[in-house]
Amino acid sequence: MSAGKTMNLTLHVWRQPSGTSQGRFVTYPAPDISPDMSFLEMLDVVNERLIAKGEDPIAFDHDCREGICGMCGMMINGQAHGPRRATTACQLHMRSFEDGDTITIEPWRATAFPVVKDLVVDRNAFDRIIAAGGFVSTHTGSAPDGNAIPVPKTAADQAMDAAACIGCGACVAACPNASAMLFTSAKVSHLGLLPQGQAERDQRVLKMVATMDEEGFGTCTNHGECEAACPKEIRLEFIARMNRDFIRAGLRNRGERAGSGGTG
Amino acid sequence: MELKANAPSGPIETRWERHKFEMKLVNPANKRKYSLIVVGSGLAGASAAASLAELGYDVSCFCYQDSPRRAHSIAAQGGINAAKNYQNDGDSVFRLFYDTVKGGDFRARESNVYRLAELSVDIIDQCVAQGVPFAREYGGVLANRSFGGAQVSRTFYARGQTGQQLLLGAYQALERQIGLGKVEMYPRHEMLELVVVGGKARGIVARDMITGALESYAADAVILATGGYGNVFYLATYAKGCNVTAIWRAYKKGALFGNPCYTQIHPTCIPVTGDHQSKLTLMSESLRNDGRIWVPLKKGDTRPPAQIPEGERDYYLERKYPSFGNLVPRDVASRNAKQVCDEGRGVGASGFGVYLDFADAIKRLGASVIAEKYGNLFDMYERITDENPYQVPMRIYPATHYTMGGLWVDYNLMTTIPGLHCLGEANFSDHGANRLGASALMQGLCDGYFVIPYTIGHYLASNKLDKVGTDAPEFKQAEQAASERTRTLLDVKGTRTVDSFHRELGKLMWEYCGMARNKQGLETALQKIPALREQFWKDVRVPGQGAELNQSLEKAGRVADFLELGELMCRDALTREESCGGHFREEHQTPDGEAQRDDQRFQHVAAWEHTGEGQAPKRHQEPLDFEYVHPSQRSYK
Repeated sequence: MSAGKTMNLTLHVWRQPSGTSQGRFVTYPAPDISPDMSFLEMLDVVNERLIAKGEDPIAFDHDCREGICGMCGMMINGQAHGPRRATTACQLHMRSFEDGDTITIEPWRATAFPVVKDLVVDRNAFDRIIAAGGFVSTHTGSAPDGNAIPVPKTAADQAMDAAACIGCGACVAACPNASAMLFTSAKVSHLGLLPQGQAERDQRVLKMVATMDEEGFGTCTNHGECEAACPKEIRLEFIARMNRDFIRAGLRNRGERAGSGGTG
Repeated sequence: MELKANAPSGPIETRWERHKFEMKLVNPANKRKYSLIVVGSGLAGASAAASLAELGYDVSCFCYQDSPRRAHSIAAQGGINAAKNYQNDGDSVFRLFYDTVKGGDFRARESNVYRLAELSVDIIDQCVAQGVPFAREYGGVLANRSFGGAQVSRTFYARGQTGQQLLLGAYQALERQIGLGKVEMYPRHEMLELVVVGGKARGIVARDMITGALESYAADAVILATGGYGNVFYLATYAKGCNVTAIWRAYKKGALFGNPCYTQIHPTCIPVTGDHQSKLTLMSESLRNDGRIWVPLKKGDTRPPAQIPEGERDYYLERKYPSFGNLVPRDVASRNAKQVCDEGRGVGASGFGVYLDFADAIKRLGASVIAEKYGNLFDMYERITDENPYQVPMRIYPATHYTMGGLWVDYNLMTTIPGLHCLGEANFSDHGANRLGASALMQGLCDGYFVIPYTIGHYLASNKLDKVGTDAPEFKQAEQAASERTRTLLDVKGTRTVDSFHRELGKLMWEYCGMARNKQGLETALQKIPALREQFWKDVRVPGQGAELNQSLEKAGRVADFLELGELMCRDALTREESCGGHFREEHQTPDGEAQRDDQRFQHVAAWEHTGEGQAPKRHQEPLDFEYVHPSQRSYK
């Protein structure tokens, strides 16, 4: 417990009134910060002080503050979600910083994630990738008994590893190419590892990759920054798996147009 | 006003089946001509929007987050109940029904609860088919665990992320329909008004949270699935954005609010560290399967836990409830924690905490087994508190976590406003006065996948719905009301931030309308809340403009509604002169301190009607009959 001690920090924060206006860094002193605060609670305190002074508070996305909804996300000293491994910004605590530190805070930077205001970006490109094929086409009510589809424990566990993705976008923000391969491959792998996902496996990967490219995400050149930044520790091997699925689907579907047929 | 539950009679096993047959159907070719609005994209909203679009309805779905995948259902950790009896341990639909009615302390409608238990099995099938990666045994079949004091293993789970995986299943089904053009999705939109035309719910006014524009949307029916209102306590395990606004606006337009005082305080949350605290984090109560809860026997014992010998510890739940021990229901566990802390035996810097100790389990099973079961929870605890629970007992304290109250709905999930339906946590229906663990996910998905797709058809087919457009005067009036409200909030230009008011309200609610309530406290709160509300409208400072992304303005609108809701909750708690489930009135307890119901006077749902600004709301009653599960004093000894 570190009760009693507080820290004095200096923040450089990206301020941008709207998506169409110019942004810039603004420096704010942040005195008397408790090490027990989460990073977002520290921003709350800074915002309360800004409002008291009649200034506009810093806009940032957040919701559950438990590291699971994926809504928060910002570059903290150049690292997506900050210095602590496997930790979202909302779960990062100020005890990860030292008294006197200067902290630079920026929004995700990617063509496919345009800035909305300050630290808030538009990540709906991720939703469109899912809408292109990140599902099993099953009608409500049409399911057989749950145990009619046995799933080997190892497959279920691996699928769960991939399904743990929270869609925060840190992988894109950390990638020098702003590639969405880790995000896309996590969903392709989650469903591709399960028997329920086999019927649409080829179409799924072809359509999701096509949408990923259309949305303006970059290509993967194997930097591995995405894996290092991922708060849920989604592994690079899922990208390898998606590449294999993509090539195989392309060969099997040669002559067919990607995007035609299927139910998605 | 007579509250017609429209619940069928006859043998309880056949009620839903018969009701489904008796309900009218919409011709498949006509479904696309009906437009439906779904507000909220959590388990209930997303499953409803997807399923209704699959049927062919023209669906619009709204959520305040940047994506429907973020709804707070995602944070549920423990699991989802279903009466599959895969474990051959004596479970059945009737047993799940029985446990849920009893767990709710005999304050829920039997017909609804039975239907919930009956449909629970279909939910698991549906989710498996979608590819939800439930935990499996080595043979490939679904794994189960016992949860929250249940005597059978009926809980299905996906590590500690069950809510996340179920929500992603529903989200993916929803995205599929969005991709097919069957659902129009409106993220970053917040509903500010319900529009009622000719006595029927016909649309909403929503604020585009990026541009600030107020927009009208018309439909043939409106479905609210906007979650619970526990953020009225400021500190709660809810996401920061969770709010009461959608259902509060509906209440103000004539929908009755059922049992607002029924809130659930969850026993295993991480204690508060200071005034900067913005929310509380829950840890799955599955931890209580292996952790032992204790406090020092002596008051004010500040020794580190390892230095307190076994004989000077009080494992108070094991002592008081030998047969259920640490697995007593949530309300009982929470109240006992408060009691020992009030006695001055709480632990941690604040004194508001009790130990949850895994030392025995680690000795018995080994650290690696504990890590496999609870590793992610232990990591989360360590991240937040900087303490290692493998070495030092966890400290926990209760926090608000769920609201059983909500808009009153009939068996068809329709509110007292025709056409306005309400699903999931936002309605009052299935959990009575206390919700059992792993039942919230079940109810959200049951309402969305398997109830509303039938009952909405019945409503549409039984009512003549004239064409209504957003140029109708009712829409203009609603837009104007929303716009005036926004302008008023911006124009106060006072001195205090929205959060400071919210925090103050939360403290009042926690103190006077929290885990234990009494007449004097509730009357005090009924003085203080209106005074605080008045101060809010005089002195709140909302920076910025209406026509932009303005998070202070969003919060201000929500807190303004919480300031009204808090009063209704206290009024409901004051009127209910009994203890039941999560509603504990100190004046009404058994000699050994257990909740004492008064079935003679209070075996009913209280449903409140808004009668106009500044006027006292009117309390209505829906009597509850128990034909199958006979009310008894709950005993977990």
